[in-house]
Formats: sequence, structure tokens, C-alpha cells
Amino acid sequence: MNTIEVPALARVEGEGGLYIGLKDGQVVEIRLDIYEPPRFFEGFLVGRNLQEVPDITARICGICPVAYQMSSAIALEKALDVEVSPQVYALRRLMYCGEYIESHSLHIYLLQAPDLLGQPSALDLAAIAPEVVKNALRMKKVGNELLKAIGGRSVHPVNVCAGGFYRWPDVAPLKALLPDLEWGLEAAKETVRWSLNLPYPELEIDYEFVAIHHPDEYGLMHGDAWSSKGNKTSAADYEMRYFEEHVQRSNALHGHTAQGGTYLVGPLARLNLNHDQLLPAAQAALKDAGLKLPLKNPYKSLIARSIELVHFYEEAIQLIEIYQPDGPAHASLKLKAGEGCGISEAPRGLLYHRYKIDENGLVTFARITPPTAQNLPRIEADLFALAPQIVEMPQEQATLTAEHLVRSYDPCISCATHFLKLKMEEIN
Amino acid sequence: MIPAPKTNKPKVAIYKFSSCDGCQLSILNLEDELLDLASAVDIAFFLEATRTVKPGPYDVGIIEGSVTTPHEVERIKEVRSECKFLISLGTCATAGGIQALRNFARPGEYARTVYAHPEFLHYLDTSTPISAHVPVDLEIWGCPINKGTVVEVLAALLQNRRPNFPPSPVCLECKRRSLICVAVAQGISCLGPVVHGGCGALCPANGRGCYGCFGPSSAGNFSALVASMVQHDRYSNETANLLRSFSSAAPAFRAAADAALKTAAVKETR
Repeated sequence: MNTIEVPALARVEGEGGLYIGLKDGQVVEIRLDIYEPPRFFEGFLVGRNLQEVPDITARICGICPVAYQMSSAIALEKALDVEVSPQVYALRRLMYCGEYIESHSLHIYLLQAPDLLGQPSALDLAAIAPEVVKNALRMKKVGNELLKAIGGRSVHPVNVCAGGFYRWPDVAPLKALLPDLEWGLEAAKETVRWSLNLPYPELEIDYEFVAIHHPDEYGLMHGDAWSSKGNKTSAADYEMRYFEEHVQRSNALHGHTAQGGTYLVGPLARLNLNHDQLLPAAQAALKDAGLKLPLKNPYKSLIARSIELVHFYEEAIQLIEIYQPDGPAHASLKLKAGEGCGISEAPRGLLYHRYKIDENGLVTFARITPPTAQNLPRIEADLFALAPQIVEMPQEQATLTAEHLVRSYDPCISCATHFLKLKMEEIN
Repeated sequence: MIPAPKTNKPKVAIYKFSSCDGCQLSILNLEDELLDLASAVDIAFFLEATRTVKPGPYDVGIIEGSVTTPHEVERIKEVRSECKFLISLGTCATAGGIQALRNFARPGEYARTVYAHPEFLHYLDTSTPISAHVPVDLEIWGCPINKGTVVEVLAALLQNRRPNFPPSPVCLECKRRSLICVAVAQGISCLGPVVHGGCGALCPANGRGCYGCFGPSSAGNFSALVASMVQHDRYSNETANLLRSFSSAAPAFRAAADAALKTAAVKETR
């Protein structure tokens, strides 16, 4: 095998390229190149009013706009020393449930499952297993409907502001979603059972997992960043331990720890670090699955996503059942100069924001560290670990296995800065 | 309109340029229609959804995203040459998107703010719509688009008729929903009178002003709106900022933002 070239990697969010260099049948160089054009969000946020920030940062990613809105609102509130009410906090979690449901359903069934079932897309899968795809679309739709009921629309919702929400969503449309969410909960449990028997490639990696841990609930917002190596880092100290560097081939910055190591954020990290805090139905699904944690196979992040789906359907049902708008929908903000950091868990991993604002509420500095930027060095390292297997494979299978690995990360390349090109060549 | 092929289903290609993926995702979010859509047309190229790449030429090309790199300048010409009917999908493709804010900055300024080594990057100093580079047959506005519009446009193409677009601005959509005007009743800045309809007045329905993500309405009276709105800015240059966000490079918004800045400066000196 000399050269493998896939003109563009499909079913990922964004444009990137994969290069694998071989010498005497051994892999000597692997690079994940990001061609996604830079859009300079941190540049044009400077000078904007703080309330414009959640609307602007949403546009970093069409798949996880809620994560961008939440991390930015939390960071701005920190800068102003504002605490949101318990009702606002609960509604934020409910909104996040909607994003997890739509994003995970999309990734499990439309983006990753075709690899495991030998199909080029979910549309092709629909031709042989129409019920699977119809159920997947219905599961995804429930998440989008939940986002719509809270935020007006599922892509770039309009109801989020620093301090909370512009208005309380109406009770009736949320309650009306309960039967679909109950259906979705059962469908998610079935997804877990289905996910256990898929033909995952074998690969075990000794990752440093990093995820938000919250003392009282499955970590999504607030709390500290916990690492499987025992580090506990507050949002304020996040940049002290987790760095980004600019490498020549990439329009995305690459993350690494203060010790220079790689780390992993996302569903595997969350499940491995926080599984004790899953709600009962998800706990039961995890127990029935008989999984040995920590789960260390990146391809099996699909199973972690499936278990999280159970959790987020369950949590959405609980939160809607108790939803009763009370008090102001957003805290009143008293302007002052300040600086604040915010972390929250996007479906694809921890998302960090830091802002400085002046006394008029204008942004003077912005830093955004997306999950995919943090995972990029880890994806490259995983490809290295995979290399001995794939050099033995026929060309098409090697390409698919490498592509599948990248896709299993659910990379959001627009976030991290789209076309993935797999090129393997013999270096002389 | 494209001539409906007599025997084969029309081949549709969906491309991504500089963007957030939200408009392509809106197509995947057509949960109730996606499988019917995939049987009515031949989705020949759609990387976000499938590895299958059927070679062109294509009957319909749908482009998400704006042109922001030298490579994209070349790629858009190739895309145009392989598509009979070309559609710009979303505000990035129709106006340059949020990333067109760089058009108002000094060249290189943002790159230096964000990246340690701006010299590694290949980008243009401007973000421009597809129509600035090649002829476009139809533009669909929205950040993100209203997914129903895609179904309407493809249905119209299949039926060889004109697509039915909302003819009126956000302001009228608001009236049709019997919402209380946030500008009149609460003094909240709102671009509703001059913004293309299609969202269903989402922002006023959520108690806030329209921020213009569907781009300028062709019938908008910008000068009258700017003159009245600037007087009520709640923070410095609020009106100008509203105009200078998601559709900032649309000519009508660009001119109105300049006028708003001028009016605000006069107000300051008084």
C-alpha cells in the first residue's frame, strides 16, 4: 500500500485532511490537517456589547449552538458577579437536554452507525432498515422540538441571554412534548441494547479523560474540570492546565495539558468520570449493558452517547414535569469592568470561554477553546495507535477504519476552526 | 427554472464553504420530509450526510457558506460550472455571514488577535457572498434558513413553478401573530420593519427585537428606521451593531449601519 487518498471525509462537521506517511510499511507520520477556513470570532467579539455575545458565538457551530450560548452566558455572568436563579439554571439544563438529544441522535444514527453497518449514509441505511432510520429521525426530532419550544428554533435559538432567558417559554408546548419524550426514553434504552452488538474495531487507549464534574448532578455546567489523573481544575484556572497551540498545518488550535500530554474530552470522558451521577434509567441501562468502565475504545463512544441519550431523555421529562415559570426570566445585570470564565459540556466535549468586559459592558478580550481543538492531538495519537492494524488492511478498509475513527470523535471542525482528505504515501 | 428531467430524478449537490454547518443541518433536520426528499431527488453530493460522491454535472447545486479563502474563490467557479441551477443557502452564502465583520476591520487585525502565527493562515481580507463571484439563480436567506423553505424550493423546481417565498418583512409576520410590538410598547430596538420575513417573527415572540438574521427586505425604509431607532439606543451604537452583525455586508445593511454611526456621532456631540 503506497497512497490512499479520500478527496473529502464525509459525515463530519467541517473540513479537514488526514495524511498518513509510510516508510518500509511502517507509519512514520500522521497529521490531521484542518482546512476549515478561519472565521476569527474572538477577533470580532471585541467591541461588541455583552448581550450580543450569545447570539454571535452560537454561529460558531450549527450543531451545538446551545453549548456556545451557555458557556458564553456563564462566563459573562461570572465577569459581572451575577448568579442566575434556580429556575433559570433548570431551564438551561432542559435546553441542554434538547441539544444532547438532537446532536447524539444525529451522530449515533446518521453519522457513525453507517460505518458500523457498512453503508455510505443513513439514507442508504434507510433502504435496508427503514424502521431504524425512521426511529432515529423521530428521536432527533424530539430534541429539536424541545429546543424550539424553549429557544424559538433549534439552530441558533433566540431566547438565551446573559442572566438567563429573554422570556419564559410557555408551559403548554413543553408539556405537550412529554409523550414524545417518554417514547424517546424507551427508544434510547433500545439504542443502548442495539449499540452493544455493533462490530467496533478493536482499539484500547490509555486516555487522560477530562470532563466537568458537578457535585450534585451529571456534569454539564459549572462545577470543576476533573481529570482521570486526579486533577481538579476550576474554570478560572482552566487555561493554567489546558493550553492551545497554533500548528502550521491547521486553522484550528491544538490543545494539550500543562505537562505537554494529550487528553480526551467528550462522551467517553463524561461517562467514565461521572457515571455515578447518571439518572436511574441510564444507570440501569449501563448496568444491563455489563460494561467494564473506564471505556477506552474511541469507537465505543457511540455506546457512551447512547447511555447519555437515556439520561437526557429522562432528565428532560423530569424537568418538564416540574417546570413552572416563576420570578424574572433573567437576572438584572449591573455593569462593571471584569473578567469571567465559563465552562460547559457541549455534546462533543468541554467548551471553555473567557471574556474581559469594560465598565460599559463592551467586550475587550475573548478566548474560546472548543472541544474539537482539545481533541485534535488525541485523534492524531489514536491514528498512530491504529496504524499497525490499518497498514495490514486492504486500501478501502484502511481508509474506512481511519475515517471511522475520526468520525467517532463527532468532530466539529467548524467549531475548531471542512473537507477531510486521507492521503497515505510512502516517504523516501 | 430547471427543465425537469423526464426519466431520471434531478441530481442535487450540497456544498459547504465558510460557515457553521447550521443550514446544512437544517436540511438534516427535515425529519418528517428527509426520506421522501431523498426519494424525490437524487442526493448526489452531500458530504455532511454521505460518503457517496456521484460525479457531476448536477441539476441543482445548493451552497452553504461564504467565500473567505483563495481556494474558495477557485472552488466556487468549479461548483458553478458543474451545476445547472445554483442556490445560495443562508445568510453566509447570500451576504457573507457573521464572518463578513472582517470587511470592516483593518486587514489582518482579527488574525493577529486569534492566532499566534497568522502567517500560517490562508484567508482573504473579506468574506463575500456567492453572487460576488459567480451568477446565482436563487437566494435563500436566513441564519439559519427556515428548513421549510428548502422543501418549498425543491418542490417548486420539481413542479416547474416559482417558489413561494414570504413576501413581507418580519414586522408583518409579527402583526399576523398578534404580537405586541416590542419597539412601540417597550422601546426595544427592533429591525423588524426592514428585515426579510421567513422566520415567523421569532425574536419579537420571545420579547426581544429582531436582529436581522434574514437580511434586508427589498421594501424596507432604512433611513426612516435608522433616524428613529438611534434615538433610543440603550448602549453606544446599538442600532449600528444590530445592522452590523449577521447580514452586515448586505449593501442595504451596510449603508444603514454607516448612517446609524453618523447619526449616533451627531447625537454624541450635542
